Amino acid sequence: MSGMVEKRGQGYWLTHVTLITGVLIIFFPIYLAFVASTVTQPEIVKPPMPLLPGDHFLENYREALVSGINAPVWRMLLNSTLMALGIALGKIIISLLSAFAIVYFRFPAKQFFFWLIFLTLMLPVEVRIVPTYEVVANFGMLNSYSGLILPLIASATATFLFRQFFLTVPDELAEAARVDGAKSMRFFIDILLPMSRTNIAALFVILFIYGWNQYLWPLLVTTDPQMNTIVMGIKQMFPSGDDIANWPVIMATAMLAMLPPITVVLFMQKLFIKGLIETEK
Amino acid sequence: MLPLLLLAPQLLVSVVFFFWPAWQAVHQSLYIPDPFGLKSQFVWLGNFEFLLGDQYYRSSFWTTAVFSVLVTAVSMSFALWLAVMADRLIKGSTTYRTLLIWPYAVAPAVAGVLWLFLFNTRVGLVSWYLAQVGYEWNHVLNPNEAMGLVVLASSWGRISYNFLFFLAGLQAIPKSVVEAAAIDGAHFWKRFWTIVFPLLSPITFFLLVVNVVYAFFETFGVIHTITSGGPQQATTILVYKVYADGFVGQDLGSSAAQSVILLIVVGILTVVQFRYIERRVHY
Repeated sequence: MSGMVEKRGQGYWLTHVTLITGVLIIFFPIYLAFVASTVTQPEIVKPPMPLLPGDHFLENYREALVSGINAPVWRMLLNSTLMALGIALGKIIISLLSAFAIVYFRFPAKQFFFWLIFLTLMLPVEVRIVPTYEVVANFGMLNSYSGLILPLIASATATFLFRQFFLTVPDELAEAARVDGAKSMRFFIDILLPMSRTNIAALFVILFIYGWNQYLWPLLVTTDPQMNTIVMGIKQMFPSGDDIANWPVIMATAMLAMLPPITVVLFMQKLFIKGLIETEK
Repeated sequence: MLPLLLLAPQLLVSVVFFFWPAWQAVHQSLYIPDPFGLKSQFVWLGNFEFLLGDQYYRSSFWTTAVFSVLVTAVSMSFALWLAVMADRLIKGSTTYRTLLIWPYAVAPAVAGVLWLFLFNTRVGLVSWYLAQVGYEWNHVLNPNEAMGLVVLASSWGRISYNFLFFLAGLQAIPKSVVEAAAIDGAHFWKRFWTIVFPLLSPITFFLLVVNVVYAFFETFGVIHTITSGGPQQATTILVYKVYADGFVGQDLGSSAAQSVILLIVVGILTVVQFRYIERRVHY
């Protein structure tokens, strides 16, 4: 804002120093986790732990991935991937369909359905955990992917986002397709979907991270370690009594749990920022 | 028929996994199941009366308030400070943005594990250094330290988000406005507080609401990994208490009543958020 006004003097360097300090403070916990994932247990339990990476990187990550503590971490990574993909794609598909219905069709009780979708905004899983758990248990969906995915899949935010976008599409494009039902699905697939692809991609980035980072819900519905997701599985790796935790393996798991969402943010930064700002509008 | 068919998947999921459980919560909140779980007794608002008289529940409200105010204040002020600094740069603000946004991707539960490791009473590096200068850190026993640690861990991951929105807001302020004040000889911080900060107020307000929602509902992972609500329930926020009473304590009537109270809280927060957004649209 004031770059043009300020002279390039003391203030300029102070700005950089402040920012670099901020970045370092934010990096530090992750750096230390990385160091811990490359050293041995005796090096950690005799504090202070080393500040530079050791040479046990391969051993620790191999031990985590292949055997883990309750379940191999490769299995938890697979579960997290399926859950995150299921949630992101599921939310996008059902929201695209319902936004299409709301924008392009006239039908009885439309307003009512619109409000019904809107109300789901007010029902995050955190406030309806016990009864939702009972529903999932009654359907026999505990320890299953559908149990992990379905209860989190309704999304008012995504529906509104697509609705906003569809409203900006010129009417002339829809005019031709409006004649009969068969043609409107063609319009949806051939015109609307390709036009929405940036929005879909931006939303996918946000929803993938949302799904990957779920904690409370997997904690409730996956009692079988083989079905744990990696984000909730880390806490399960801590011993319950007074035993000392296996820190190198736990920290290797924490690094593996962070890797996919951070990669997504860094490599799809533009889409990520677009998605973040649009979903919060 | 077609439009209803298109709506069907979303409506089906909403009814089965959102509205039906929410209705069940309301229903269960009016009953107390007998000890054998065979039948329930209708108690009207008995569960609510009990909750509001329960000192643990009332202190959980207070804990939640303290926790969310601290998380919001810490993460927003640090983010604003960094955003103001990054905005001062002619070149390089995008580099800093890249360096600062990625902790957004770290799950609250993983952030909890990272901070637990730093402050672990046996092996933590920070707690070890604190011991060297004569301070015995023990968040397992000390309620204030436990609160401090969950606030730090929850704020840390949130800084990226707030930074992103603050930076976007700062960059949207027309340069001419600020330059005019500079020509008048106003000092940088004077310009900031008298011109820039008031212009940022819509974003600040938006972030206030969003961060409170985050602290209320999305920090379960941090609490569960670091303190499990302890010591002496010092970090038992409302959402954690619903979980602890419903799943660990198996007190279904009370847990359901707490869910209903939380539903009302979410409702209020959503209305606040939307009223604000409507106003912004009319500007």
